[in-house]
Amino acid sequence: MSDAIAKHPLETEKERFGIKEPEARFDLQGEVADDERVRRAMVNFAKDINRTTATYMEACVHCGQCAEACHYYVQTGDPKYTPIWKLEVFKQAYKREASPFAPLYRLLNLKKKVSVEQLEEWQELIYDSCTMCGRCSLMCPMGIDIATLVGLARHGMFKAGLVPHELHAVAERAEAEGSPLGATAQVFEDRADWMADEHETDIPFDEEQADILVAMSSIEIMKYPNSIGATAKILNALGESWTFRSEGYEATNFGMLSGNVDWQRDMTMKLIDAAVNCGAKLVILPECGHAYGALRWQGAAMYGKPLPFKVLHISEYLADVISSGRLKVKKVDQSVTFHDPCQVSRRGGATPAPRVVMEALGVDLTEMTPGGDFNWCCGGGGGVVTIHRADKLRYKVFELKMDQIEATGADTVLSTCSNCRQSFNDAQQHFNWDKSMESLLELVADNLVED
Amino acid sequence: MELLEFARGQGLQIAVSVFAAGLVWRLLHLYLTMRKTDLSEARQGGAKAGGIKTIFSRFVHHEPFRERTRNGTIIAYTFHIGLAIIVFGGAPHILFIESFSGLSWTPLPNVVIHVSAAVTLAALIAAIFRRVLHPVLSMLSNFDDYFSWFITTLPVVTGLMAVAHFGGRYETLLAVHILSFEAFLIWFPFGKLMHSIIVFGSRYTTGVTFTRRGAKV
Repeated sequence: MSDAIAKHPLETEKERFGIKEPEARFDLQGEVADDERVRRAMVNFAKDINRTTATYMEACVHCGQCAEACHYYVQTGDPKYTPIWKLEVFKQAYKREASPFAPLYRLLNLKKKVSVEQLEEWQELIYDSCTMCGRCSLMCPMGIDIATLVGLARHGMFKAGLVPHELHAVAERAEAEGSPLGATAQVFEDRADWMADEHETDIPFDEEQADILVAMSSIEIMKYPNSIGATAKILNALGESWTFRSEGYEATNFGMLSGNVDWQRDMTMKLIDAAVNCGAKLVILPECGHAYGALRWQGAAMYGKPLPFKVLHISEYLADVISSGRLKVKKVDQSVTFHDPCQVSRRGGATPAPRVVMEALGVDLTEMTPGGDFNWCCGGGGGVVTIHRADKLRYKVFELKMDQIEATGADTVLSTCSNCRQSFNDAQQHFNWDKSMESLLELVADNLVED
Repeated sequence: MELLEFARGQGLQIAVSVFAAGLVWRLLHLYLTMRKTDLSEARQGGAKAGGIKTIFSRFVHHEPFRERTRNGTIIAYTFHIGLAIIVFGGAPHILFIESFSGLSWTPLPNVVIHVSAAVTLAALIAAIFRRVLHPVLSMLSNFDDYFSWFITTLPVVTGLMAVAHFGGRYETLLAVHILSFEAFLIWFPFGKLMHSIIVFGSRYTTGVTFTRRGAKV
């Protein structure tokens, strides 16, 4: 066990999993001179400048309208939470170092050098108060994908050693142990065995050949293990050739969320290697939002070439097998609303999939307003739920979500993201709220029509 | 008269030269920046069509965003449309465009142009008040925002003064109006006025990315 892992014990007793609330914060990593931190941040941010990002950097007119799409601004009224402002120091760096008139900016000092104090101030804006939910990207009149730029800004912040304490700790643990929450391969296999007994179903592990590789998020493994059993029940009912693989089972990617591209690649490659090793034609990703973005949309970039298999979120897979008539489900007399995970719906394009599933289940669905692609984020994505110092702000933005849900009058909230579910359950406890979030996958598994 | 001659001759040549050179350099810089290829498997085809669609669809906010952005949108649309009416509908401006392009069309009645100019000026004044007073806008704003506003407003003000023969001899007022437009041209490639061109690239790029994903654009 590394020193860092020993120093940051896991928190697995509370609703919100992660590391225990630190007595002292260590939000600066490494013994590095200030100038060097700034240099690393800027060099690594500059590495991400390409035609797309440069176009975005040049396009902003400072209209400020993105603020109105951001739950942090809407709930607090604090202008510093304006999405494009979260990139201000990086825009400053771009203008000074890489823009068409950069020599002029430097010669006349029209754009000052970014300081370490600025970067430290921006840590809260880049990490604590942005879930990269992409609502701002969907509304920007200039078409700037602000959420993607925040993700790129995190690359520079990581290299500069400016990552919030807990997010860095879970990312480091994920890199070292294969899971941010202690769900090592052995722990996963043990829990899978337990779920096989509980659900009276087979759970294949390390099959040499399988058509489908299934991944799980450590939040599910450690907190919502019924997802493992539910997935197995469904795949077995369909007679699929599938497996979990001990060399690649963890779907979450805290390398990506923390901003460490090398770790992001390592984590993605474990899944890719596992799929290639068993000859999988399809990788099914679990109920996890950012895992979908990490493999479905960024996986090929990490691999350096197109992925040799298809990637589906579990909700897409369920929609496919239900639509084709392969999977039959019983009708469920339940009043529900659905929370769209931002990375699966708005950013991932799979918005219709859960609705196909819910229609088959016959639930009484009342959509939130706004819903679907315009849904408000739960406030826990992008790694924010791991950051203890962001709790107050996270609960503040969650009030927006509570209002949305209460307005539907639905009894149950369904979703397809275990991280959203964890954020919900943590906030539910905080507010003493009578609503909780359930898994759509588990609802399907509980209502299979078996021959 | 000398000032008017300079404005119509050498001044215009300088302004157009700086405008063209700056424009080419700024666009070339973007074009020469490395392009990143998206290797992910597209959910659907039609990415380029989606990019083009996004260029147009982002002219109007999606319904859930409209209420909270109403004021800014109305002000922005008012002066953008107003400027377009003045530039492309005013008889003297059409004559100017014809002088270097050979293209000509029927001008709008003077009263329409004059009313448009007044409304445009009012909207520009509202825009600057809003920029100064709105906490988000004032925080975001820098020299470029204020100077670009100034350099856009100046031709509108000087044009109205020339039409009204207010503040001096007509020839002098006309020269000042032309010079203010030339200042606009010179500043154009260096600041945010370039958004009128770059917006097509950024909207298209985002449209392509999210159309590939089958996501909302």
